[in-house]
Amino acid sequence: MVLPVQSVWLIPALPLLAAGIGALTPRGGRALAAGSAILAMAGAFVLACLALNGSLNSAAPLGSVHAVHNFDWFDLGHGAVRLGWLLDPLAAFMCVMVTFVGLLIFIFSLGYMEPDANFTRFFCFLSLFAAAMLGLLVANSLLLLFICWELVGLASYLLIGFWFHKPAAAAAAKKAFITTRIGDLGLLLGLLWLYDSTGSLLFYDGGAGVLESAALAGLAGHLLAGGLAASTAIGLLIFCGAAGKSGQFPLHVWLPDAMEGPTPVSALIHAATMVAAGVFLVARVYPLMSADTLLAAVPVHALTVVAFIGAITALLGALIACGQSDIKRVLAFSTVSQLGYMMLALGVGSWTAAIFHLLTHAFFKALLFLGAGSVIHAAHHEQDIRSLGGLRPRMKVTFATFALGMMALAGVPFLFSGFWSKEAILHAAHEWDVSQLPLYAGLLAVVLTAFYMTRLVAETFLGQPRTAPAAQAQENSAVMTVPLILLAVGAVLLGFIGTPACPWLQARLSGEPLHSSMGNFFAGGGLMFLSIVLVGAGLGAGWWLYGRQLRATAEARDPLVVASPTVMAALANRLGFDELYAATVGRLNTLTAALADGLDRWVFGGFINFLGMLGVFSGMVNRQVDEDTLNHGFDSVSESIRGSGRRYSRAQTGEAHGYLRVIAIAFVVLAFVLVLGGVR
Amino acid sequence: MTQLHLCLLISSALFCIGLAGALARSNTILVLLGIELMLNAANLNFIAFWRFGPSPAHATGVIFVIFSIAIAAAEAAVGLALIISLYRHQRNIRLQDAVRLKG
Repeated sequence: MVLPVQSVWLIPALPLLAAGIGALTPRGGRALAAGSAILAMAGAFVLACLALNGSLNSAAPLGSVHAVHNFDWFDLGHGAVRLGWLLDPLAAFMCVMVTFVGLLIFIFSLGYMEPDANFTRFFCFLSLFAAAMLGLLVANSLLLLFICWELVGLASYLLIGFWFHKPAAAAAAKKAFITTRIGDLGLLLGLLWLYDSTGSLLFYDGGAGVLESAALAGLAGHLLAGGLAASTAIGLLIFCGAAGKSGQFPLHVWLPDAMEGPTPVSALIHAATMVAAGVFLVARVYPLMSADTLLAAVPVHALTVVAFIGAITALLGALIACGQSDIKRVLAFSTVSQLGYMMLALGVGSWTAAIFHLLTHAFFKALLFLGAGSVIHAAHHEQDIRSLGGLRPRMKVTFATFALGMMALAGVPFLFSGFWSKEAILHAAHEWDVSQLPLYAGLLAVVLTAFYMTRLVAETFLGQPRTAPAAQAQENSAVMTVPLILLAVGAVLLGFIGTPACPWLQARLSGEPLHSSMGNFFAGGGLMFLSIVLVGAGLGAGWWLYGRQLRATAEARDPLVVASPTVMAALANRLGFDELYAATVGRLNTLTAALADGLDRWVFGGFINFLGMLGVFSGMVNRQVDEDTLNHGFDSVSESIRGSGRRYSRAQTGEAHGYLRVIAIAFVVLAFVLVLGGVR
Repeated sequence: MTQLHLCLLISSALFCIGLAGALARSNTILVLLGIELMLNAANLNFIAFWRFGPSPAHATGVIFVIFSIAIAAAEAAVGLALIISLYRHQRNIRLQDAVRLKG
């Protein structure tokens, strides 16, 4: 069975329906809201599998793997605004990943959110998020993608601020929304510019789409001031949106704060799926981003910027993660770092490696976050790793799955998925002919990743419990542990769909023929050996510092803090990015606001008030003229008419005799006049 | 003193009697009676001027008077109906009391 591209809209429609049901369910209808959300997600997963099946076995020749279905949305001016669905292996793989990970996280939420009063609202928001995310994946129009993109942002805002009674959560939701909005402005500008240049926003449209050769040749051939190709500028603007959503270096500040939301949200949105949307977007418009690579004269290539931003983010995130002590924040900075890896892969030209890492990362990071959620749930919302410890004998399943996730993230060789996807990225970076700096940044981040993950596991699970909540922790119910186990299986096995020996995923994604041979297994050669050594070094350093002699009390000082207090304080403070932004962008914003306020209040407001007073004054003059001059004249005229009327009315006595008398006298007078006047 | 002068004198006397009655009486029926007398004085003039006028052969004066009498009858009917409703309103028919329409 396959899902034809015309019906691919069903995948996002199911969770949207569940969101509608959840929104209309009263608070008591927990089973209905959660049941419809989980059923819709399961249905979407089945449909996504069918879509993937159809996409992989399509009869179309290799290289033209994009099945599209376009339709008119509404007429505007001389043409219609067109939207469409797109089904290619990229969209299909992403859909399967999102629905599968999403389904497991939904099930986990049943247990995690069980004590919360707003249980139904939570599932409504989760379904809304899933619908928007899936719509983003199957969109064949940058406009439709942008609409879903903003919906995803909205759902993220609602879910980060789900516990909005906590001021930190409300502030974090606002921060996430505003920071990503800065990037989205770039995306919107790129979208408008693209529409202006090509007259279309459809990705693939039988030769007329923006990602097809005709439009790309036009965009790459059009040079702007400074020798920049139009495609470079548009690509970089679109990358702004991707950087905002995926927490890349200048805009990464919102992602760690987003951990104020419930942990399943962190797992679903801020680790596995939504933050990957930026990576997906760049992969989706990859033909546009890479249109300028053959131009030699341009000052900068779009992908070069992407690669360097990715490298900086990967290194920065890994560094800061070493200085954090909140279990979720360590994972959040680890996410920032891993997203940097993906961007790095996109930048150096291997978008298939980026998507491979995206898929494996989604599994093991969702696993780690859910594991952290399991710990937090068991330890009564104690999130500080210094206060935990000794959970291994109490939470065996959580520990085992968390350790598998940790090894996948750290890139422990051969058995774990993270190793293969990271290896693919490092390999691509090594082959990049522009610069080797991203490779060095990536290798350094490998050491740091292994180091901070070892620290995290050692502090959380080993030794003796250091506080009462950790000592009382007990393993959670099956509704929370089964998703962990399933995700752990994925985190281990998923790597084997893209090993160098058999790069099945990469071949399917790019539509190129598959070359598989066992001889390629160690094709990485020296680089693979180097990265294995680096992983070992990171793990060893982590063990040496944290595992060998475990922290005795929650207040004991970290060995690294003892060694270098200033550096660790700076890392714990996230290298001061928040303070830097508050001092620069924030202060500039405040100043501009104050200026605008003053301008509005005193200059424009003064002018308007002056006009208003002018109006009042002329009204008063008008009133004086009206009342004293005009009215006076009319009043006197009507007064005199009334007076004479009163006088005449006195003659009207109503007595018939009086009238008759007047007539008679008048008659007699008339007779006299006639007779005496000599009328013949 | 011709016959015409005699007739005119009689009709003048009749008119004056009618006018005096209409002005002097307070009973509305009697006032109406006076008015009828004045009307008949005018009718008498019509007949006299026809009978002693230049062409008594044609019946012009008589036709005038017949019309006049018919109208007087209709007028008397309307007048009496007004008097009846006046009585219903004020329980008498004194003309001096019917002053409600004064200005």
